[in-house]
Amino acid sequence: MPGKSSAAGRLSSDDVAHVARLARLDLTDAELDLFAEQLGAVLDHAADIEALDTEGVPPTAHPLHLENRLRDDVVRPSLDRDEVLAQAPAAEDGRFRVPPILGEAP
Amino acid sequence: MTAVELASAVKAGTTTARKATEDALAAIGARDGEIHAFNHVMGDEARTAADAIDRRIAMGEDPGPLAGVPIALKDNMCTRGVPTTCSSKILEGWRPPYDATVVERLHAAGAIVIGKTNLDEFAMGSSTENSAFGPTRNPLDTSRVPGGSSGGSAAAVAAGYVPLAIGSDTGGSIRQPAALCGVVGVKPTYGLVSRYGLIAFASSLDQIGPFAHTVADAALLLEVIAGHDPMDSTSLERPAPEISSRLTTGVEGLRVGIVQELTQGIDDDVLARMHEAADALTAAGAKVGDASVPAAIYGLTAYYLIAPAEASSNLARYDGVRYGLRTDGVDITQMYGTTRANGFGAEVKRRIMLGTYALSAGYYDAYYGQAQRVRTLIIRDFEAAYADYDLLLSPTAPTTAFEFGAKTANPLAMYMSDVCTIPSNLAGHPAVTVPFGTGDDGLPVGVQIMGPNLSEPTVFRAAATLEAAAP
Repeated sequence: MPGKSSAAGRLSSDDVAHVARLARLDLTDAELDLFAEQLGAVLDHAADIEALDTEGVPPTAHPLHLENRLRDDVVRPSLDRDEVLAQAPAAEDGRFRVPPILGEAP
Repeated sequence: MTAVELASAVKAGTTTARKATEDALAAIGARDGEIHAFNHVMGDEARTAADAIDRRIAMGEDPGPLAGVPIALKDNMCTRGVPTTCSSKILEGWRPPYDATVVERLHAAGAIVIGKTNLDEFAMGSSTENSAFGPTRNPLDTSRVPGGSSGGSAAAVAAGYVPLAIGSDTGGSIRQPAALCGVVGVKPTYGLVSRYGLIAFASSLDQIGPFAHTVADAALLLEVIAGHDPMDSTSLERPAPEISSRLTTGVEGLRVGIVQELTQGIDDDVLARMHEAADALTAAGAKVGDASVPAAIYGLTAYYLIAPAEASSNLARYDGVRYGLRTDGVDITQMYGTTRANGFGAEVKRRIMLGTYALSAGYYDAYYGQAQRVRTLIIRDFEAAYADYDLLLSPTAPTTAFEFGAKTANPLAMYMSDVCTIPSNLAGHPAVTVPFGTGDDGLPVGVQIMGPNLSEPTVFRAAATLEAAAP
């Protein structure tokens, strides 16, 4: 396994770099090393619940046991398009403008 | 003057909303350069709103229960046309096109929103040291942190700028800073206060609540902001509870349990104050005993998997496309990565990384799934404890206010600050912190009263009893 091992031995810098790509975060090498160590320490702390027997215990995703909330599908006022686009870093013709996707020519 | 007294005086015409607003702005102007409770002071908006309240009173109208009362708002709640930053560079300069529901309710009650308060970036932290705009200082000792993440709101009340403030509490972010600043702080039942317009951190845990100097003021503010909102699908379909009218009922006959698992790892002086608070409840007629919530010892671990997992999803929206910061790149993927690298601070990156890891293929069940099952165990253990007790008692935070930099190098040490407050968020239950004496360093200690869902009227009765008995 390549990559520098964390103090806790759980996460290498390569592991952290993979997670950073998933999270769309461009981290520096110094950040990768720091997070490898710090995330390893937090995950070591999580060993207490990893070891816990939870066989047959249902997960709780939310404190309220809510059913789906439905409403009538009717047109209602919404945010003003121009006001919303005025807050965007770049807009054009009533749309958000972004850099090229999939290597298109700019 | 308390908020209750001020609103009465404004309505009676013995003072004006404009004078209350000018007093608050003058107090902020005199001291906030040092304290930095506020990211943004809304002087013009506040004066305009105050004058409108005064005109309505002159015409014989009743502007509402908070008529003319200045209030501070944590800067993670949307205010139309007014900067809303979450103390993050990634939202610097953004002006939301709408008001949060809680802001609309404050306006409808006659309150004057005076400004937006500092926080740990995206409410991730326990000291307000993680703000991109610099830390807030504790008004009681400026060498100490105010706690966090709602440190600016706690400090704005503790400094005497305003009688009321609004914060948000995901793992203790109202109660812990309230305790460290010596004020009352409330985490309501999940779903009682609309989250529409509260910028999401961990959606199954986030809840908006009050800061105040007095329990009665906190009760009044909670009554104003609580209640169903169709814009928040997790909002409970029930009216706001009646709390204020029952505050003087006392605690005679109430069963109160001290949560044994939440008395571990607490500073001796803090724990001594909690036992004195328990004695005060006994003296007032409550039956105090020892309670056990065994799974609560796993709360911190479960929280630091669940909250980052939800955060990593919620914060995916900051991508440089629709609002806030953009750092251009050769293609959209590079633009996402550099924008987020430049816009987020270290703690936010750390939590996004932790949450992304906990949700990633191969680890989901071991970490996120297991944390969710532990959440069920905690809820079950609380339910068992509430079969024997009406309310539960614990310290609010393990220590009094600590010095700047004391915990910044070790994330786990900082996370421990929330060990007593996190279980209520995981369960969705309400909890209130009340100042009760001081530690050996002379700084305030908070005592936490917890109750089952929607038990706010009872929790507040105990809070009022402790307030009256506090040394």
